Amino acid sequence: MSESSHAHAIHRDDFGARLGMWLFLVTEMVLFGGLFIAYSYMRSKYPAEFHHAGAELNATLGITNTLVLLTSSLTVVLAIVAIQRGDRRKTMAFLATTLGLGLVFLVIKSFEWATKFHHGLYPNSAHLATLPHGEQVFFGLYFTMTGLHGLHVIAGLSVLGYMLRMVAKGEITQDRYVHLENGGLYWHLVDVIWIFLLPLFYLAA
Amino acid sequence: MSTHATTVQPSYLEDTGARKGLMAWLTSTDHKRVGMLYLYSMISFFFVGVGIGFVMRLVQLTRFQNLITAETYNALFTVHGVIMIFLFVVPGLPAVFGNFFLPIMIGAKDVAFPRLNLASWYFYMSGAILAILSLFTGGGAPDTGWTFYVPFSMRTGTNVSLAVFAAFILGFSSMLTGINFITTIHRLRAPGMKWFRMPLFSWSLYATSWIQLLATPILAITLVLVILERAFGIGIFDPVKGGDPLLYQHLFWIYSHPAVYIMILPAMGAITEILPTFARRPIFGYKAIAFSSMSIAGVGSLVWAHHMFTSGLSSFSVMLFSLLTMIVAVPSAIKVFNWVSTLYKGSIDFQPPLLFALTFIFLFCIGGLTGVMQGALAINVHIHDTYFIVGHFHYVMFGGTGFAFFAALLYWFPKMFGKMYSKKAIYASWVPLFIGFNMLYFTMLVLGMMGMPRRYFHHLPQFNTGHEIATVGSWFLVLGLFMFFGTLVYASLKGEKAEDNPWGGVTLEWTIPSPPPVENFEEIPTITTDPYHFPQENEA
Amino acid sequence: MSDHSLASSEHADDHGVEHPGYGTFVKVWLALVVLTGLLVLMSHFGQSYAVWGLLILTPIKAGLVFYFFMHLKYEGALLKGVVLVTLGTLLIFFALLFSDVAFR
Repeated sequence: MSESSHAHAIHRDDFGARLGMWLFLVTEMVLFGGLFIAYSYMRSKYPAEFHHAGAELNATLGITNTLVLLTSSLTVVLAIVAIQRGDRRKTMAFLATTLGLGLVFLVIKSFEWATKFHHGLYPNSAHLATLPHGEQVFFGLYFTMTGLHGLHVIAGLSVLGYMLRMVAKGEITQDRYVHLENGGLYWHLVDVIWIFLLPLFYLAA
Repeated sequence: MSTHATTVQPSYLEDTGARKGLMAWLTSTDHKRVGMLYLYSMISFFFVGVGIGFVMRLVQLTRFQNLITAETYNALFTVHGVIMIFLFVVPGLPAVFGNFFLPIMIGAKDVAFPRLNLASWYFYMSGAILAILSLFTGGGAPDTGWTFYVPFSMRTGTNVSLAVFAAFILGFSSMLTGINFITTIHRLRAPGMKWFRMPLFSWSLYATSWIQLLATPILAITLVLVILERAFGIGIFDPVKGGDPLLYQHLFWIYSHPAVYIMILPAMGAITEILPTFARRPIFGYKAIAFSSMSIAGVGSLVWAHHMFTSGLSSFSVMLFSLLTMIVAVPSAIKVFNWVSTLYKGSIDFQPPLLFALTFIFLFCIGGLTGVMQGALAINVHIHDTYFIVGHFHYVMFGGTGFAFFAALLYWFPKMFGKMYSKKAIYASWVPLFIGFNMLYFTMLVLGMMGMPRRYFHHLPQFNTGHEIATVGSWFLVLGLFMFFGTLVYASLKGEKAEDNPWGGVTLEWTIPSPPPVENFEEIPTITTDPYHFPQENEA
Repeated sequence: MSDHSLASSEHADDHGVEHPGYGTFVKVWLALVVLTGLLVLMSHFGQSYAVWGLLILTPIKAGLVFYFFMHLKYEGALLKGVVLVTLGTLLIFFALLFSDVAFR
């Protein structure tokens, strides 16, 4: 989302750019809000089955991934502190750390998914069809929500990767870093969504 | 006012950049050109929708029923709905007149994010093209109705996934416009343009944009779930796997009811601009109208389940939503009251835009009141899924938003094109439009009361007369549309040059040349008065 | 959802005068890690504790990220209002949906 750079750069409005980004985040919050609504609807319908199915998930991996994402959020915000102080090398180091942590998250996530597939737990599988209704819905929601979140992680990584490039090329500087702030905002939102996903799926048991 | 200004700045219609002709338009981030791109594409899709509606009416004359099959009829009403809703009335006034006039009305040179603005038009066109592709590819045109209700939309072999994806993209375009408008209104108002000095059209766009941001994503995720359901069978909506179709209905209407207010609020805003100009009076109850826009946006987001009264909701919920539905009528009525009061004791200058604005008020009142009827639970059960519903929402969508669109087009046409149309021809087109409209849709209200179900290909003999009247009405309506748009197309090509301020309007767009120069203003104005400050008042 | 109250904050332009340092954010991160630990701990005591942990601790965690990491602390009332309006709307959606689900 590099909507902040005006076509006719008449004047620069950093606050306007951040406002635009926040409004975009509003749509993201409501997008996931719709899924949270679906989750709570189904959970109130099948409390016992959700409890049981949640036990199937590997909580250790979920918690590890939470710590990974929280730390990556920290490094993004530290990158902004660094650019405010004009320290380009530190900015780039922090951003690179974030990118690395984001990749770690994806790797762990894909292991998790692969295990589930291995156990025959995936949408439309023969094994899943034998489970109680509530558990089928639980896994449907699990794959949808973590999958959509994963796509957002990939999008966020691409945005931050581009920011890293812009810092390297000197397009993001001490007095002009609103792009980095907006990229960071997006990444934090991805983190916040995961903060909610952890207890909903992994700790529900 | 500023004839010398035109010599200084070229009008936005002239190509000033490196690119010429069509390419200059397709790559322009000028909000006025983006608005015009929307206008041309939207009117084209509108006529496709009209054509489909015309055929649907025609085959309801029993003797023409062999023209198409029942399956085609299902596809036709689906596509008619998708085109009219997602390609015409939802983007409708904001994308055309909002893009063109919002920055001018608040004294800005452009919207906050001009490139994003152009991008939203490309999203719109991609969605439109996908929607049209879905008719001819895959398993054939979708036949679910525009609501895409599960479980049928999960099971049908027709091309639902592509149509749903198209609606997803169109929703994205709508959200981007919303982001742009809110940021523009917050950041780019001219010096002295306080919140309560903004023209009320801007207020209505502000309210609309908030609904776009807060409701559209729910539709987006719901449509994604339908696609996932069809592609992977995730089972959230599928009763066989423990899912619940009622959840779909909830999610769908959480967006799609507020969407009705996305459609009608800007229309109300445009009417609010037109009436003071032709009554030569400041609008009656400025703040009441501004706040009623915001409260329609607020309360209108909380009434969605009145579409589901017969679906098996809890009885508590049904009562709650019935109450909330009745409450929305209050801010809408406040607006009607204020419009009428604005006209009272005004010095009325009767011109085509005013005629269409008054027609809007009349038709919208019928649409609104039949809406309140449906909020009443006992009546709702009787008329659910009948022609009464079809008649009602056409009164609101077409009689309301459509006629407001026409009124706004007549009002701002001279400014946008720099040309004036033949007023006599417009008056002449109004006659078949008005007669045809009421023959078509009022008859539907009656048919619905009698028990004619919607979306049926065949009908019982006792409904024959009603269907015949409605079909003849549709002929008048189409005739009127051709006369109306024919007049405007002719005027845009060969019309006389329009004055800068043909109606004596006082909002900012009337202080600049027609058509507006590229940068809108020679110099950003400083605002010192309320928006509807007519000079006559002080003299009197 | 009516947000005319946001109007006043308009011209609270760029961030506050001085920017927060590294230390602030590291402390917030530590708090987040501790809260995560608490959440996991609570979930071991059984279902109802897990739900309470979810309902209380998770919003606090999200709030910390919003307030500090996303710099809402340093922004004017407008952006805070935007977030509150969004969350408020979602809460109302939940409440109205449960007027159906809970009473069926």
